[in-house]
Amino acid sequence: MLDISLVFCGSAGQGLQTIEYILTQLIKKAGYYTFATKEYMSRIHGGSNSSEIRISDHIVSAFVSRIDMLILLSTDTFPHLVDRVSPDTVIVGACHDLSSPNKKYMIDFEKIALEIGSKRYTNSVVMGFILAFLKIEASFYEPFFTQYYGAKSKELAEKNIVAAQIGYKAGVAFLNTNSISFYAKPSVDLNHKILLNGSEALALGAIAGGCNFIAAYPMSPSTGVLTQLASLSHEFDIVVEQAEDEIAAINMGLGAWYAGGRALVTTSGGGFALMCESLSLSGMTETPMVINLAQRPGPATGLPTRTEQGDLNLALFAGHGEFPRVILAPGTIDQAFSLMQKAFYLADKYQIPVIVLSDQFFVDSYFVSQPLDALSMAIYDQHIVKTDATYQRYQLTADGISPRGIPGFGDGLVCVDSDEHTEAGYITEDFEVRTKMVQKRLKKFELLQTEIAVPDFFGKKDYKTLIVCWGSNYFVIKEALDLLPHAEIGCLHFSQVYPLSREIIPYFTRAQKTIVIENNATGQLAQLLKQQLNVHINATLLKYNGLPFTVEEIVIALKKYTQDHENG
Amino acid sequence: MAKHPLFDKTNIDIAWCPGCGNFGILESIKQALDELSIKPTQLVVVSGIGQAPKTPHYFNTHMFNGLHGRALPVATGVKIANPNLLVIAEGGDGDMYGEGGNHFLHTIRRNINIVHIVHNNMVYGLTKGQASPTSEIGFKTSIQTEGVIAEPLNPIAIAIAQDASFVARAYIGDMEKTKDTIKAAIQHEGYALVDIFQPCIAFNKVNTYQWFKERTYYLPSDHNRADRVSAFSKAIEKDKLPLGIFYQKKVDSFEKKQKIYQVSWEPLYQRHHDLGKLKKLIEEK
Repeated sequence: MLDISLVFCGSAGQGLQTIEYILTQLIKKAGYYTFATKEYMSRIHGGSNSSEIRISDHIVSAFVSRIDMLILLSTDTFPHLVDRVSPDTVIVGACHDLSSPNKKYMIDFEKIALEIGSKRYTNSVVMGFILAFLKIEASFYEPFFTQYYGAKSKELAEKNIVAAQIGYKAGVAFLNTNSISFYAKPSVDLNHKILLNGSEALALGAIAGGCNFIAAYPMSPSTGVLTQLASLSHEFDIVVEQAEDEIAAINMGLGAWYAGGRALVTTSGGGFALMCESLSLSGMTETPMVINLAQRPGPATGLPTRTEQGDLNLALFAGHGEFPRVILAPGTIDQAFSLMQKAFYLADKYQIPVIVLSDQFFVDSYFVSQPLDALSMAIYDQHIVKTDATYQRYQLTADGISPRGIPGFGDGLVCVDSDEHTEAGYITEDFEVRTKMVQKRLKKFELLQTEIAVPDFFGKKDYKTLIVCWGSNYFVIKEALDLLPHAEIGCLHFSQVYPLSREIIPYFTRAQKTIVIENNATGQLAQLLKQQLNVHINATLLKYNGLPFTVEEIVIALKKYTQDHENG
Repeated sequence: MAKHPLFDKTNIDIAWCPGCGNFGILESIKQALDELSIKPTQLVVVSGIGQAPKTPHYFNTHMFNGLHGRALPVATGVKIANPNLLVIAEGGDGDMYGEGGNHFLHTIRRNINIVHIVHNNMVYGLTKGQASPTSEIGFKTSIQTEGVIAEPLNPIAIAIAQDASFVARAYIGDMEKTKDTIKAAIQHEGYALVDIFQPCIAFNKVNTYQWFKERTYYLPSDHNRADRVSAFSKAIEKDKLPLGIFYQKKVDSFEKKQKIYQVSWEPLYQRHHDLGKLKKLIEEK
């Protein structure tokens, strides 16, 4: 069984991101499953960053601690990863100063690049070197290089191809002299599968949801969605505006929705905090809104380029006053796409804010996925009406939803107000009207119950231990369970975290033990489950150092929990 | 008989003090719209919080009465979604220059085709008499007990310094000229600032009708609106405050520069993505 974990380590500016981008595409195209995730420092030059690329003959979509081969692009980046290096780890590259007992192979990639003309070709030398291990030859990889670098300049493409060829030769020479190889003939046809990172899937899902306007203020790790939509803005009639701040971004979004657009804002915790008053405005004016909240560790600036699931409570309680909202938390490419599409549908139909909670690990990682069904939802069933002269924006209806008119479509006037308002949308302090309007807004919660899908379940159906997780922890737990085939464990993964459905309570009552696994320090989903469903949680497994869980960590923890079971 | 049958509203409870300058501004806007044959269904008035932002409650128009300080980004979003609508962002000096000051700067930069009407009475009305960003030095309030010590914000000078495409000031003591200025702002393509001096009869006992009458004058007929430097020098005059259109230039608006609006002005709600194209794009990933 092929399952290799390569880790590339270098400093910012050495082109790790390009290695990740090009290699994963080539690996997948050649017929191997792949997965890539990066961890990087908040700086544009220097420091120590790494990127893990997994190559396998079966689906792999999670972060592993194990390093089979460590490829060092610079000498001083090793200490950063020393905890993950085992005696079996093979180290290649800039390792001449290392005193570790591992098998080490000094290859000065940078020197090779300099001989070609510049150290900026180092990453292409490295790529060529690795491609030799997989026997992915020039005729196969050159078109990728041409396409990637050719957009910038022909010369750049040519030089990088030369660098890759020299790297490839170095790789072949290395394989001929050393008994190290991880070649396995590719056994699967992955042409019908797709390779995307979380940001891309969210952006494509937004387009599938009819998104035609994005306003945002750049903030890691949420900027990827903005960049993706900008790159597709000409093909799909999307207006892109970089706002002066997050408050402007969400207010532009609300203005656009009010006038018939379908807007997305993308931000991270700090930016979302600035949007809180406007989230409340969305609730009060019943103007739809879709927000991608890509989490990173806080409080305040926290660890700007790292990952955490620390903003569930923020998303839950943001905004003053009482109004309905939906919070979605995709953990797979398929979920990211379909839930972002659904976010537009829910926001539009129920005239509420919908928050999609992602995180740095998810948005920056590349996954192989089933193709996405762009046509699965009738999104152009726009929930707007042509108004007549008697139109009232907040007409009281049995289900709390008033037909939503937009200015310029019909003979009516569309009046929305952040003050408490009459059915016509005008300011009022009439207590009876106030009571009715509060009830009208909150009634939507009942209807939303019918839209909230139950969580995904995987693992043993007759489980004794129930693992509960949400968002980006989907695959790491799935892979850990695959490695524990005899464990009596089931897992419930929430991709829609609010509102919760009472239908899931039996999952908890059947369990002897329930453990919630989250990337935060306080167990925010565990708290929510207790508060909303009154279910019993025995333990939480929490990680909050800024890195995602590894498969190994989950396996060790689950072994311990299940042993505790057997020991009574 | 109604003066502006399309716009006038009857049986409304107006929250302004009798004698407030807001009444004159409301009338000037309605008159300007009538004279330009604009219909209520073509107009969106976006406002924030305060006394001035209540204006769209008192005449027939589409209305987005949002948060304090945030009318400009909402107005920007409305115009982006449907450039065929006439969009007015309206509020007071605290709303537009205090809470929303950052949006003021950046809306100028965008030059989106909206009219920005600011009721400038140099005091906070709805919160009962505190200083505003435009209050003059020495203005005493229950908070600024020894008088304001910070320099007042000069919106006209800021707008000209930022090369806004239309910058004007009016005084509501002269409704005819205020109406003409609003008309010119509506007809201007691009961002248009109309700062309107108005007394607050309840909380500002300094900047009264009499004060404005004595301290303002109209820019001379030979004032060259295209000359930014001369406009700026007029904007920083202090002894007597000029009224009229200080500066105007012709430049493409924000929405006109958007790729999607270069072919047609079809609003966003009438456009639909080609999902077949999306499907193909995904399959290539």
